[in-house]
Amino acid sequence: MAEEKVERRTDFGPPHYEQFLPPVIKSNYGKWDFHEILKPGVMVHVSESGDKLYTVRAASGRMVSIDKIRIYCDLADKYCDGYLRFTSRHNIEFLLTKEENVDPLIADLAELGHPVGGVGNAISSIVHTQGWIHCHSAATDASGIVKCVMDDLIEYFEGTKLPGKIRIALACCLNMCGAVHCSDIAILGIHRRPPRIEHDRLNKMCEIPNVVASCPTAAIRPAEVEGNPSVEVLEERCMFCANCYTVCPSMPLNDPLNDGVSIWVGGKVSNARHEPMFSKLAIPFIPNNPPRWPEVTQAVRGIVELWAANANKYERIGEWIERIGWPKFFKMAGIEFQKEHIDDFKHAGLTYKRSTHLTF
Amino acid sequence: MADNIPKTPLLDELEKGKWPSFVTEIKMAAEKNPMAADLLGQLEQSYREKIGHWKHGGIVGVMGYGGGVIGRYSDLPKEYPNISHFHTMRINHPAGWYYTSDILRKICDIWEKHGSRLTNMHGSTGDIILLGTRTEELEPTFSDLQKIDFDIGGSGSDLRTPSCCCGMSRCEWACYDTMALTYDLTMHYQDELHRPAFPYKFKFKMSGCPNDCVASIARADMSIIGTWRDSIQINQDAVREYADRGLDIKADVIANCPGKCIDWDGKELHIDNSFCKRCMHCINVMPKALKPGKDRGATILIGSKAPIIEGAFLSSVFLPFIKIEPPYTQIKDMVDKIWDVWCEEGKNRERVGEFIQRVGLGNFLDAIEMEPVAEMVAHPRENPYVFYEEYFEEDDGEEEEESE
Repeated sequence: MAEEKVERRTDFGPPHYEQFLPPVIKSNYGKWDFHEILKPGVMVHVSESGDKLYTVRAASGRMVSIDKIRIYCDLADKYCDGYLRFTSRHNIEFLLTKEENVDPLIADLAELGHPVGGVGNAISSIVHTQGWIHCHSAATDASGIVKCVMDDLIEYFEGTKLPGKIRIALACCLNMCGAVHCSDIAILGIHRRPPRIEHDRLNKMCEIPNVVASCPTAAIRPAEVEGNPSVEVLEERCMFCANCYTVCPSMPLNDPLNDGVSIWVGGKVSNARHEPMFSKLAIPFIPNNPPRWPEVTQAVRGIVELWAANANKYERIGEWIERIGWPKFFKMAGIEFQKEHIDDFKHAGLTYKRSTHLTF
Repeated sequence: MADNIPKTPLLDELEKGKWPSFVTEIKMAAEKNPMAADLLGQLEQSYREKIGHWKHGGIVGVMGYGGGVIGRYSDLPKEYPNISHFHTMRINHPAGWYYTSDILRKICDIWEKHGSRLTNMHGSTGDIILLGTRTEELEPTFSDLQKIDFDIGGSGSDLRTPSCCCGMSRCEWACYDTMALTYDLTMHYQDELHRPAFPYKFKFKMSGCPNDCVASIARADMSIIGTWRDSIQINQDAVREYADRGLDIKADVIANCPGKCIDWDGKELHIDNSFCKRCMHCINVMPKALKPGKDRGATILIGSKAPIIEGAFLSSVFLPFIKIEPPYTQIKDMVDKIWDVWCEEGKNRERVGEFIQRVGLGNFLDAIEMEPVAEMVAHPRENPYVFYEEYFEEDDGEEEEESE
C-alpha cells in the first residue's frame, strides 16, 4: 500500500492571522476612529476612512461540537462573507459590513438558540474550566453551573441595564485554569477533605521528596505505612490546595461529600478608575447540587442584583464594596461573616482593618 | 448510532433554559460519534455521584513535541470503553481568534476524522481545544493539521500559547499592534513553546490598552499592556455633543477620574495630562471625543498567576514604558535574561512571580542587570530591615586609593 508522502514539519507555528481578516479590517487596520454600541450585542466600529464594521456578539457554550461550528460557518457565509472570530470569553462574533444583515443574522441566531448580547454594561459569557467533562482534579462541574447561572441571568446578557461591567468566572478547583481570581464574581470549586493516601502504590507512582516539597504548609512528611515507603499528612495543616495531588496521583482529594463551591466577589482586571483588584471571599461553601445548583444561581443573582440596585454608574462590584465597606456588604447581602472569611495565609495581616474608618 | 446515546435524565435538565447548552452539543456529537456518547454516559454518572471520573494525567504526545497534548483516561474504562482514552490536543490559534468559514470547516473535517467531534472554542489560555481522542490518533491528527498549517500549542512547564486582544484590527484604543507582537513572539519562541524546559509554565498576554481585555495583568507571567506617554487627544466638538446628548460630564467623567486631573467648564474639556494615570475611564465613556495620545507603546509588567502555590499574584510594573516596534529586540533580550536567571535558580513548579518574591525584586533586577525605578513599587518599603550591601572600615578610603 503506497503511503502518502508528506514532509513532516515541526515548530512551524500558527497560521498568520492576516489571511483570516475580512477585507474591511485589512484596509482599516490601525485606522479605527471610534465605536458605538448600537443595541445589545451589536457594535459598529467606524474607520477614519468612513468604513464601518458591524460586530454581532452571540453566546457560545465554550464546549462546541464540530456540527455547531459548521452551522456558525454557514451563518458567516450567509451574512458576512465567511468572516468570524471568537472572544477571550468564549463568545462568537460575526463581522459584517452590511448593516441590513444584522437583524436577519440575530433572528437566525435566536432560532439556533444563541442569544446575542454581552457588550457594554452587561454580563458577558462566563470564562470557565473543564469540570467533570475532562478534568481529574475538579471539585465541581464547570459547564453545568455556568449553564444554570447564565440561564438565570440571561436578561443581563441580553440587556444593558446594569450600572457597569460585570465579569463572572468559574474555576473547578484552586488550580484556576480560568484564572478567576480577579473577577467581579468568581465561582470556585473547593475540596474540603484532606488527601486519601494510597499507601500501597504511592511509592511506585510518585517521588516522595517531591510530594513533601509540594506542600505549602509543610503538612506532608515521609512515613513508612504498613511496610510501604509513603507519606503522612498532618490534617490540621491541610488547606486543600491539592498541590500534592497535582504532583502525585496517589493523593486524591476529590470527595462527593465535601466538595463544593465558594463565591468570591469584587475583583477586576481593567485599570479603568480603580486599579485591578483580587476577588474576595463572600460565601465559603455551597454543596454541589447538580444538575441545576439552585443555591449557587440564587447566590450569584443575589449579589448581582444587590450591586445593580446600589452601585453608582460605572462602579464595578469591588469599587462599590470598597466605598460602602465590607461589613455593610455582608449585612446587605445577608451573608454571615465567619472565621473562614479571615485570611490566615502569608501576609494575612495586610488584610486586617487597620483604621477606625467604619460605618454603623 | 443514535440508539447508543445513553439515557441522561440529570443532564437533560441542562438542555432547558436560554443559554446555549453544552449537553445539546455533546448530544449532537454523540449522534455520530461513540466517544461523545460515552462521554455523556460518564458525565451523567458524575452528576449522579457528584465526582469526576478521569484518571490523573498520563504522558502522551506527538513526535518531536514535549507538550500540547493532555493525556486523559477514564477511570471507568469497562463501562465507557470509547473514552478509555480521551486526550486533549491544544492547537495554537491564530492571533486575535479570527477565522474564515473555510479554515474552520477544514479543522472540523480533521476532528470528524480523528476525534470526538467536540471542541472548546477556546481554552482559557487561548488555544483551540480538540477535546477527546485516542493515543493512536494523535500523530495522524497532527499530520492533517500541519497540512493546513496549524501547529500545536503549549502545556506543562513550557511557554504557553501567547494570546492577545484584537488590538488594531478592530479597536481604536490599541496602543500597539498586539496581534503582530503575539505572532512574532510565538514564532520566535517555538522551541520554548513545544519543549518544556522551564521550572514551570510561562505566559505572555498582550493587551492593547489599560482596559486589558485579555486579563493580562491577572494571568500572564509577562503582561504587555498598551499605554501612551503624551496627552489624551481631545475633540472638543465631540465632547460638547456628548454633553448636549445628556452625558453628565462632571458626574460621569470627572468624578470618576483617579488622577483628579479633568476640568469641564461647560464648553471646553481640560486634562492635566501630567497627572493622568492612563486608566481609560474618560476615553471609555466618550470614545468619539477622546483618544489615547499619539506617543504610544506599552507598560510591561511581570509575575501574575493563579493561587497555586504561594497565592494569587497580579503582575507588577517592570518597564514603565517601551515603544513596541519590530523586531522587538529589547523585549526579546529582556525575556531571554529573565528566563536564564529563572531557569537557573527557580525551583520546580515555581512561577517567575513567585521566584521574584522569594529572591526579592531588587536582587532579581541585579541578576538581569536592570536598574530599579520608582514605578515598580506601589510605595517604598515600610520596614527598616534593609540588606545594605556595603559598609566602610576606618581605612577603606586609603586602601582604595592605593589599589588604583
